[in-house]
Amino acid sequence: MEASGLRKTDMRLVFRSLTSMRESILVIVIAVLFVVMSFASPYFLSPQNLESMFLGLSVEGIICIGMVILLVSGGLDLSVGSNLAFTGVVVGIAMTNGIPVLLSIIIALIAAFLCGFLNGILVARMNLNPFITTLGMQMFLKGAMLLAANGKSILGLPVSFDQIGQGRLVGIQYPVFILIFLVIVFEIVLRRSRILRTSYYVGGNENAARLSGIKVNRVKIAIYSLTGVMAGLAGIIITARFGSSSVTIGPGVELRVLAACIIGGASLSGGEGTVLGAFLGAFFMQLLSTSLNLLDVNVYVQTLATGAILILAIMIDQLNEKRKASRSIANAEKAMG
Amino acid sequence: MDEVLRVEELTKKFPGVLAVDRLSFSLGTGELLAVLGENGAGKSTLTKMISGVIPPDSGRIVLDGRECVSNSAHDAIKVGISMVYQELSMVGSMSIAENIFANRQPINAIGLIQVGKLYKDASELMEKFNLRINPRTLVKHLSMGQQQLIEILKAISQNPKVLILDEPTSSLTETEVALLFGIIEKLKHEGLSFIYITHKLSEVFKLADRVLVMRDGKYIATKRPDEVTTMDLITLMVGREIVDLYSGAQNQGKVGETYFHVKALSSPGAFRDVSFSLRRGEILGVAGLVGAGRTEMARGIAGLEKLSRGSVELDGEILKIRSVTDAIQKGIAYITEDRKTLGLYLNFPITFNLIAPSLDRFCRAGLMLVKSIDRFARDQVRRFNIKATSLNQKMMSLSGGNQQKCLLSMWMGTTPKVLIFDEPTRGVDVGARSEIYEKIREYTLGGGGAIVVSSDLPELLGICDRIIVMYRGKVRKELSKEEFSEERILAFASGLN
Repeated sequence: MEASGLRKTDMRLVFRSLTSMRESILVIVIAVLFVVMSFASPYFLSPQNLESMFLGLSVEGIICIGMVILLVSGGLDLSVGSNLAFTGVVVGIAMTNGIPVLLSIIIALIAAFLCGFLNGILVARMNLNPFITTLGMQMFLKGAMLLAANGKSILGLPVSFDQIGQGRLVGIQYPVFILIFLVIVFEIVLRRSRILRTSYYVGGNENAARLSGIKVNRVKIAIYSLTGVMAGLAGIIITARFGSSSVTIGPGVELRVLAACIIGGASLSGGEGTVLGAFLGAFFMQLLSTSLNLLDVNVYVQTLATGAILILAIMIDQLNEKRKASRSIANAEKAMG
Repeated sequence: MDEVLRVEELTKKFPGVLAVDRLSFSLGTGELLAVLGENGAGKSTLTKMISGVIPPDSGRIVLDGRECVSNSAHDAIKVGISMVYQELSMVGSMSIAENIFANRQPINAIGLIQVGKLYKDASELMEKFNLRINPRTLVKHLSMGQQQLIEILKAISQNPKVLILDEPTSSLTETEVALLFGIIEKLKHEGLSFIYITHKLSEVFKLADRVLVMRDGKYIATKRPDEVTTMDLITLMVGREIVDLYSGAQNQGKVGETYFHVKALSSPGAFRDVSFSLRRGEILGVAGLVGAGRTEMARGIAGLEKLSRGSVELDGEILKIRSVTDAIQKGIAYITEDRKTLGLYLNFPITFNLIAPSLDRFCRAGLMLVKSIDRFARDQVRRFNIKATSLNQKMMSLSGGNQQKCLLSMWMGTTPKVLIFDEPTRGVDVGARSEIYEKIREYTLGGGGAIVVSSDLPELLGICDRIIVMYRGKVRKELSKEEFSEERILAFASGLN
């Protein structure tokens, strides 16, 4: 009797959490957009369009993975865009100076890691404000990148390197696989591994985390470093796609990534967000801009629409939160008798 | 009884204060030792040393015959000392189960969390203590009291030998307190030992096997509850005999003319048709249950709530109060019930706080008058007997009682004509309370009237000359001094009469 009663309540709760989950809402919205667009534009479902959409998504999508974990832990990184360009230039310089492709990539990733690591040290150990610290890092890296590249794009990269961004497997370009692979791995790891799970405790209540024996500073530094590596990886992929190290990429990336994470359910105050949500947020933004493009909507209107959707997303969050809070307190009180 | 924990000569010095001074005691298996003391007596420092949060300067902590040196709360937990903190250490965005087993979730061979086992373990634990809430509920959706209970479950799940509770009932409702006491009794039977910090003397008599009294960081006495009275414990805590908490607030017969009227004041959804008057030299109490509209009414007079109707009349003049600034200028001051978030600038020095509501007075041609500010602050600190090492000390580092005295002095420094106190002694210990009552009376002797909103009935009965009782946003009854009784007030406050 008792047991079956319990199971019933559980199922209802599970259903409720499913329907209120940000991911499900996004999946539905994305599906609806897909259907509408396939009727609205004959070109939408063409392989070329789908491919360019996913390719466009891959770079920012990878950065989203790092950023959302960072947001969950209560951090923030505004230097990812600069880091992306910086890593691209590092890998370009290394290769044009005769260093083998694989070694160049490793060097570039180490550089990206160090940028994130430094952010982490400054924020966690020195207790600096993440916003200012990473804003400073953004400018610093941009300057360093322009200095190193002498303000010009680096051309003539080895063909084998370009393959990373342009090669295909079963007709689909590598970056798409890399993105999907990373999303799946980090979704599982953030949800289920004890190590990354700590980021929720750190972001939700730092003191509580410390009292639970979590090494808060170490966690923060590790996650900033991971964010740096993700930005670096994205930098390498975009450089390979272009076949050159561009000095003009980067600006604005951090804000678009941030917007995607928040549309995907993350919060700037920490403790909330999922990798899948962030990916869907990025996917939604990409889909929106592709759709508006195909429908010949003015570019300025696209920017405007993205901004409006971002604000709408956090508004929905706020309203949902209030509703849920009052309902579950009522439920919990009933349960306690 | 076997000894489980022994503390020897534990000492901790902070800049300027000896927080804990060579304190020793022992704790038996299955025993509950209450630690009693005023704010600032060193109870928190003592327990934080035992639980590994702050390192002692000298002394030893011996658990089960072995000395333990903890560098963090985690170390102490590992050897068997857990603590439930006054400030909750929950992560709101995570479920009950994930909070209970924070960083200790069951994992499988490849390091992934076993979600099913996690929730099953949590269910079993909660079941054991009659807590029927779904362990998947997010903690932020629980009431404060429920969060407190989960916090205690979290500590219990660490299988401690000694559990330290720091004022665990301060945010609990009656039912939750009963639930908690049941849990404590059960655990005592299972052999768990408790150190229980509290302000509430009634809890000492209900729960404790022995009570240890501290004052100014020093050990004063350890007693069995059956060999002492409430008065004995107060005397031990305060260090002097307080014959009557309220004696300093007694009216010396100087009540003047009626000079302040509130007429049919209403605010949608909060209070309706509230009318009363106030005489010079009088302390008027406002009683009522939570939600009766007392605070809202007080805030309404002070320009902090939107009013739909009614008027406020001072010295024959009808006041037009549209904002707090208007109210302050007309001479009405409201002292909030929530000193931490609404009353004080916790991060700023004492002086900065004291002058905050009277900046105009300390400015000449837009510049601050440093000397007179300093003189004013010095005077106030002396008059109110605020215990601080310097005027530059941050508000945050003062004890609750001293913070409250600062709050009072900062508003009384504006020389208001009508002064409204909202819960003037919430979270304030006995010694500071009697001083605060004296200050309220001192103010009225100067010719002003005071309005005191309070949930503490003995306090209202002890200091007021007249009491109005509110019920569901309306004034239900006005009682003169001869009519005072707790039963009568409660009856009117709950609408029975």
